[in-house]
Amino acid sequence: MLRQIGRLVINQNKPTCYKPLFCQNARGFHSTYIAYNADVKTFDKILIANRGEIACRVIRTAKKMGIKTVAIYSDADARGLHVAMADEAVNVGPPPSNQSYLNIPNIIKAIQETGAQAVHPGYGFLSENSHFVKSLDEIGISFIGPGEAAMASLGDKIQSKIIAKESGVNIIPGYNGVVKDTDHALEIAKSIGYPVMLKASAGGGGKGMRIAWNDQEVIEGFKLASQESLSSFGDDRLLVEKYIDNPRHIEIQLIADKFGNVLYLPERECSIQRRNQKVIEEAPSTHLDSITRKAMGEQAAALAKHVGYVSAGTVEFLVDTQRNFYFLEMNTRLQVEHPITEYITGMDLVEQMIRIAANQKLSMKQDDIKFHGWAVESRIYAEDPEKYLPSIGRLNKYREPVSMTDKNEVRCDSGVFEGSEISIYYDPLICKLSTYGETRDEAIQNMNKALDSYVIKVIGSSRFQSGNISTKFLGEEYPKGFKGHALNKESLYELASVAALVHVKKDLRNWHWLDDKSALLKNALSERIKTENYPNAIVKADWALESSLINSQFQIENDLEKTITIQYIDPLPIGFRLQHLGTKFDITVHSQKQHELSQYMLEKPKQDLSKVILSPMPGSVISIEVNVGDIVNEGAELAVVEAMKMQNVLRASRVGKVKKIYVKPGDAVAADEIMIEFEESSS
Amino acid sequence: MHNFGSFTRLLNCPSISRFSHITTLKQIINKNILKPVIITQPRRHASGITKEEKILARVEEMRAQAHLGGGLKRIQAQHNKGKLTARERVELLLDPGSLIEYDTFVEHQCTDFGMDKNKIIGDGVITGHGTINGRRIFVFSQDFTTFGGSLSKMHALKICKVMDKAMLVGAPVVGLNDSGGARIQEGVDSLAGYAEIFQRNVLSSGVVPQISLIMGPCAGGAVYSPALTDFTFMVRDTSYLFVTGPDVVKAVCNEDVTQEELGGAKAHTVLSGVAHAAFENDIEAIQRTRDFIDYLPLSNREKAPVRFTDDSPTREDLSLNHIIPADSTKAYDMRDVITRLIDDGIFFEIMPDYAKNIVIGFARMAGRTVSIVGNQPLVSSGVLDINSSVKAARFVRFCDSFNIPIITLVDVPGFLPGTAQEHNGIIRHGAKLLYAYAEATVPKITVITRKAYGGAYDVMSSKHLRGDINYSWPTGEIAVMGAKGAVEIIFRHVEDRTQAENEYIDNNKFVSNLINLIVAIDLTEKFANPVPAAQRGFIDDIILPSVTRKRIIEDLVVLENKQLPIIYKKHDNCPL
Repeated sequence: MLRQIGRLVINQNKPTCYKPLFCQNARGFHSTYIAYNADVKTFDKILIANRGEIACRVIRTAKKMGIKTVAIYSDADARGLHVAMADEAVNVGPPPSNQSYLNIPNIIKAIQETGAQAVHPGYGFLSENSHFVKSLDEIGISFIGPGEAAMASLGDKIQSKIIAKESGVNIIPGYNGVVKDTDHALEIAKSIGYPVMLKASAGGGGKGMRIAWNDQEVIEGFKLASQESLSSFGDDRLLVEKYIDNPRHIEIQLIADKFGNVLYLPERECSIQRRNQKVIEEAPSTHLDSITRKAMGEQAAALAKHVGYVSAGTVEFLVDTQRNFYFLEMNTRLQVEHPITEYITGMDLVEQMIRIAANQKLSMKQDDIKFHGWAVESRIYAEDPEKYLPSIGRLNKYREPVSMTDKNEVRCDSGVFEGSEISIYYDPLICKLSTYGETRDEAIQNMNKALDSYVIKVIGSSRFQSGNISTKFLGEEYPKGFKGHALNKESLYELASVAALVHVKKDLRNWHWLDDKSALLKNALSERIKTENYPNAIVKADWALESSLINSQFQIENDLEKTITIQYIDPLPIGFRLQHLGTKFDITVHSQKQHELSQYMLEKPKQDLSKVILSPMPGSVISIEVNVGDIVNEGAELAVVEAMKMQNVLRASRVGKVKKIYVKPGDAVAADEIMIEFEESSS
Repeated sequence: MHNFGSFTRLLNCPSISRFSHITTLKQIINKNILKPVIITQPRRHASGITKEEKILARVEEMRAQAHLGGGLKRIQAQHNKGKLTARERVELLLDPGSLIEYDTFVEHQCTDFGMDKNKIIGDGVITGHGTINGRRIFVFSQDFTTFGGSLSKMHALKICKVMDKAMLVGAPVVGLNDSGGARIQEGVDSLAGYAEIFQRNVLSSGVVPQISLIMGPCAGGAVYSPALTDFTFMVRDTSYLFVTGPDVVKAVCNEDVTQEELGGAKAHTVLSGVAHAAFENDIEAIQRTRDFIDYLPLSNREKAPVRFTDDSPTREDLSLNHIIPADSTKAYDMRDVITRLIDDGIFFEIMPDYAKNIVIGFARMAGRTVSIVGNQPLVSSGVLDINSSVKAARFVRFCDSFNIPIITLVDVPGFLPGTAQEHNGIIRHGAKLLYAYAEATVPKITVITRKAYGGAYDVMSSKHLRGDINYSWPTGEIAVMGAKGAVEIIFRHVEDRTQAENEYIDNNKFVSNLINLIVAIDLTEKFANPVPAAQRGFIDDIILPSVTRKRIIEDLVVLENKQLPIIYKKHDNCPL
């Protein structure tokens, strides 16, 4: 099924938040580092074998280079932004990715139907699948990425370690080989000592990865990791290695052409992770000095040269406090966090990849690579921030932050628009938000501002109504999870002042009648303004009634004026909900009288939910670990629910006897659906 | 002379309640809790007090007593139930200091059963008027602490007085109901009082908006006053409405049922449809009633009110273009459509938990109140059934009475089939909605978002029912029925019927092949789109969803002074 999309339709579908020209948003790609002649032809038409934000990202560069684009989409993505942006779009199958975005025959068919000359795989999906590269080679289509052989050898974590060792790269102690079964895993774990990490041989991105601190966790983790690996990558092989506690994750970006030239670009630090998945990245790293940087770069380049690597790739290292670095893996694709490297080097990595695939030669030398300033990237996931669970539904409100100065300090690489569906089938990453600054502080400050003014609201089930902004607070700051910002004296003052101003403005609005009766009321209005004493002298709030962003200025005594963005989320029956510092607060505003009388209002008893286990999110049941009549201990595994490729173990919150099980493996469950019920406890 | 109008307020009840051990007024005054506030002029006489001062002092004492209602003990009992007193409620409802009270000193005149020795000033109801955000409304609030809020002759007359005044000047009446029922000692006088109120409810209907807040028990004959008013709101866990209480139900029907199950907020907002909304507690209920009044014109002589807004009338919402799922069998939430069209996304939904297959409520567009009626595809595909027809019909008639434009969003697959519906009178009840739309003379704007099938297309404010502006989105499907069903009927006589039937029985192929073929080629073009209706002028325009708000607001301006000649009749004969 082929769909040709006319330009006019595209324009109509284009949401307001979408910025058509990549250059407008990112820092100069007119940079002198790139000595390519714009007239040198690359391809006429390329197909992007991906979806979401990365597909949109590639399409932007292709458009800039005058290349026609073909998007592929599954049934669930027919209205995706990448489909609207591309010149042509081809449906490749039903929503599950193994039937669409991983469906090689259908994608090959799409390439042939549209006459695309090359394929950019983005990341994830087929980007590291050497079979795909091989099948493209067979029909003479260029793959915008590394060659099949290099990909196959580096993509496999076990083999890549052997190669790294051969190329003279430092490696971590571990077992170089596939783990056969649980017993084997236990044996290896014992021989290298706890903690150990179990990870998918084929994978990346934190999926199929488990850390085990004891035998029990190895047994449990082995099962889950191999299942996850199987469903994510179609390969359940695992390997085991020593887990380096408290490491820094630093990676080197490489670009290599087909003529044996390999350049290493400045490093990215991706140490803030959650479930071993990167959340915040920055470039450069504060941890590296120029000597280490050079040593890491040279080792990385040596590895690439050793296997004849071509295109963009990334070598990941773990760096300890003494700046000893160990090879972790090589990613044979464009990385999610590539925008920060682009920010500080001024390079367009996607453009480089396309030119390399079109047999062009890198015109730069290693000495030409310089970098300037600092860049930070946050990944924006559709998630419940307190539970780290995917939030699925319609993006009811979505406004991206924009650069406030002509430095283009804010860049949004997103694949959604207001009204998009966040589907259960794919990764919940909806945007990569990058900011730039002359210094690290400035970049972080810009990031804070951008996050504060990023409006995301997902309409899903009641418990998951809020969209998440994964913020700077993760990682070490929140070992037990994000429970929201605890208000201190200052932030309470800020919130309360803005809430007061919002209330006053709403209250005045309630009196502001525009029909005939208004004359009488205007008097009443001015009287009210006079009699009430608001702290206008020091707090100003700029807010269009009921809109999302409240820009407020604070001047506390003789301090400098401070600008704060607070979000207005929703009106409540009495009061409203505001978001300050990434946390939502329900604010009740009572009149004097209401406050006086509120003491008589009774607290309504809440429904006791401890007797039942509810599905935390929409998804499918993978397994049920208990039977009716079983007595389970607190913390015992009850069931596993999978959504968005993440398996979540549901555990008993207390000791109890299982009364009834409402679901069976394979069932689809909605959020808050009752899965297991316990008997009334006798004690 | 003394200035009678300038008596300042006595101390508020809640602060008094801290001194619950004090019971008599004298004690209160002595303990300096309740300060009699009299603005006295410097004494002109050598000694003694003037006659005026004497009367004033008595008035002051009576007023203080009236403010105490049934006394501190009963006030405390009321508070312990999580309920506020009648006076506290009125003060919350009205703008601070705006209450002008009537009949503060009224007492009952009953002498039987020792009632002549048992009088409470005010007789169990507070009446008067005041403002809500500056707009005049009349109010009565029954006081459960005084004779259990029971209705005596004088109590009824106080209510009648404000109802008459409200009609006279054209202002809404809000009744805060909290009453044990009829004052049994007064016998038929009490019943007469109810009837007097009912009569006024009926006469006021369609003249001024009438709103009932049920904030405590409301049983027996008393329930019919709220039933006659335009909107009934309840407070969860503390309010009950029933014709006969659990005891009688037990005696007559041998059914065991609690007050809450029989006539609580849940029963009436989910099952019976008697109440239009329920709120958590007294404070929230009253605050939301204030918000609600803001939507209504003060009487049928006024246009819908216009309030300031920052939401641009020309705002285009591009995400609306994607709101209808690509798969036409997939549901979406009509409330998402509504909140994107209206000002600030603020929608006051009426009866949100009853007959959820239709969504009704008030909103504003460019500041002016509009009413919204929308089929809800999320529930039973948005089908029209008995309950949803009745729910929407009464709402449409209210809006027509009070000059509130009606915006109808249509996605309806038809009327619900089945014996349950037919035998319970879907014909009769469906006719109510049809009647209400056909009769309405206010601006009527209709947007077909997806399905508009069969008779339900006609009913949902179609062009043929004097619809002013009828739009369809490109996703509209206007037809007698869905494509598949249509084929089965249209081609029923294509061949000799017996032969077709025989063949059908033979291999079951002929008919299904024919259907599949026709459906694939032709029917989507003939039926599943808005073009045929637009070609006939039944649809004024096919518009992009994103511009719907802009277009509706423009149309509302055009239709602002719409007038339709009304044929004289005594009154109509709406199907009931």
